[in-house]
Amino acid sequence: MVNFERIKEKLNILADAAKYDVSCASSGSTRTNTNKGLGNSTRMGICHSYTEDGRCVSLLKILLTNHCIYDCAYCVSRRSNDIQRAGFKIQEVVDLTINFYRRNYIEGLFLSSGIFRSPDHTMERLVRVAKKLREEERFNGYIHLKSIPGCSDELMYQAGLYADRLSVNIEIPTISGLKLLAPEKDHKDFVKPMQKVKNEIVRYKSERKIIRNTPKYAPAGQSTQMIVGASGETDKDIMYSATYYYKTYSMRRVYYSGYVPVLEDHRLPSLTAKVPMLRENRLYQTDWLLRFYGFAVNEILNEAHPNLDVDIDPKLSWALRNLHCFPVNINTAEKRMLARVPGLGMQSVGKILSARRFRKLNWDHLKKIGVALNRAKYFMVCGSSQWERRDLEAEKIKGLILQSSTGKFRNQYSQQLSLFTQ
Amino acid sequence: MKNATTLIYDGSFNGFLTAIYVAFEEKLNLADIQKNSQGQNGLFSETETIFTHVEKAKRVWNGIRNKSYNAISNVYFAFLSETEGIEYMLYTYIKKLMAQKEKQVDFSDDTVLYIAQLARKVGREKHRMEAFVRFQLTKDNIYFANIEPDFDVLPLISKHFRNRYADQQWLIYDVKRRYGIYYDGEGVEIVSLNLEEIHYNRICKSKVFTEGEHDYQGLWNNYFKSTHIKSRINRKLHTQHIPKRYWKYLSEKKEAV
Repeated sequence: MVNFERIKEKLNILADAAKYDVSCASSGSTRTNTNKGLGNSTRMGICHSYTEDGRCVSLLKILLTNHCIYDCAYCVSRRSNDIQRAGFKIQEVVDLTINFYRRNYIEGLFLSSGIFRSPDHTMERLVRVAKKLREEERFNGYIHLKSIPGCSDELMYQAGLYADRLSVNIEIPTISGLKLLAPEKDHKDFVKPMQKVKNEIVRYKSERKIIRNTPKYAPAGQSTQMIVGASGETDKDIMYSATYYYKTYSMRRVYYSGYVPVLEDHRLPSLTAKVPMLRENRLYQTDWLLRFYGFAVNEILNEAHPNLDVDIDPKLSWALRNLHCFPVNINTAEKRMLARVPGLGMQSVGKILSARRFRKLNWDHLKKIGVALNRAKYFMVCGSSQWERRDLEAEKIKGLILQSSTGKFRNQYSQQLSLFTQ
Repeated sequence: MKNATTLIYDGSFNGFLTAIYVAFEEKLNLADIQKNSQGQNGLFSETETIFTHVEKAKRVWNGIRNKSYNAISNVYFAFLSETEGIEYMLYTYIKKLMAQKEKQVDFSDDTVLYIAQLARKVGREKHRMEAFVRFQLTKDNIYFANIEPDFDVLPLISKHFRNRYADQQWLIYDVKRRYGIYYDGEGVEIVSLNLEEIHYNRICKSKVFTEGEHDYQGLWNNYFKSTHIKSRINRKLHTQHIPKRYWKYLSEKKEAV
């Protein structure tokens, strides 16, 4: 008989410690359910629920244990922190996953761990959980395993055979920051498993062309995460190293996690510091511009602009600095330029490209398609005879746009004095 | 000029496609297409009752599909939205589609855009149901769930659940439309039940379900709570993602209902 009380206790401790990992993607993998096993994973992930902070819950995200031999300043589970410690048995994790999965609560398992005894010892346990799920329970759902920094290549190979995605969190975007906050860890240890996974994926892809049933290796690729606002880095530092990881290790995703103060430490922001959610938001917007909109990182962030604007989104900010590229004619411009118009998303761009073959589009069409005209109208001309004819300066346009819109973060940077606080 | 005709069909998708077939075949001056349960006669139009004919329906289906895969799924999805007057709207949509030569979609046309947006809405509801179904294990070893979706999405989600839970028996029952889909380990069939009680996810135990069921719901609830980060709470975003109308069927929100 399962001891639900004990499991509940452990689940509380180990889910609580795992929640600072923001990755919860269950997409990008395809695993079909063969021979009436359990589960599948599809290219499009499913978010089964959402936390009260609005993040998605699609995987059972837990640590195997929160015992850890390291003492990284930014981590709740660090050795010197006085907290309750617990550890799951392998079978317990397997049972939980299967029973949650069968009730359609989750897409699969996200398993991370504190490092106990040695990196290899820990990694080996993680791999055993995944192996058991795949081989004994015939589970085809999504499995995301954390690669433990410093573990051996052989274990990384094994891990990729059972997991859909592997990830190492780089956590601190700069090497100097890492030295300061996690002095026992070496930057090389983070990079080694990434390199291995990348090589294996390349090998898998080329072998698959010859032998179709080559066993899958980490079909959803790898990802990493950086903490934002813990070590005084600039947005430029963050996005440049993100670009580096995207390029060098073919990352599927880099996640940015606003630092949540959990511990008092002189090297870190104080416990009362606010989570930099707006900054995090702007970084994600930049990330999207780089991956889907055809921007290069040095167009958005460079020596002259090492930080993103807080009050306007990065695309608008780029457009205001490059007014010579505008206005764009919506009926003739190429896709690359359409994607650069503020207020136009890739969905709208696709619709415009398709619709403009039938007739010249005017403001009315664009509005119905769903373009954010309050921003876009300053940067484009269309089939209508009316458009912004004044030769406005960047500051003026920015002011007009801010006036005509409301943002959820507005109160955080509003320059208007508030009468009643303080 | 011929009098305008209103076609009456049985409410099924095949019935609707047959009506489309008849309208095209007889080059009718169409006033409207209505379900037989609707029964609203226009003052100045004749009515004609359509008998569902699978072969004819298939011809229409294939005809649209050959024109565009995207269009046939748009037609099916939009039909399932059960929007009032959708039949005539779709008739216009299909007429436009058949007349056009380009492969592109004309999003500057009101009907085309409307149908595309409607189909997207239904698609979103389908995706939500794939996410928000919460099975509870009954003593007969059937994973059971009640749902109450905005649109009639059961036909759309059956494939997903059949592929995923191939080794367990399950039943998803639409409370609003009073029918369900049941998978017995082999195939999916449509069932209608005489439900004595609707199984919301309640806090008190129900006798219908196994002993462990309540415990696993407890664990899931606990897990759900420990994933919140207090310093980042954003309730507005939370309810945007999970609108309140779904809460009563979600075991993790049962205390909040």
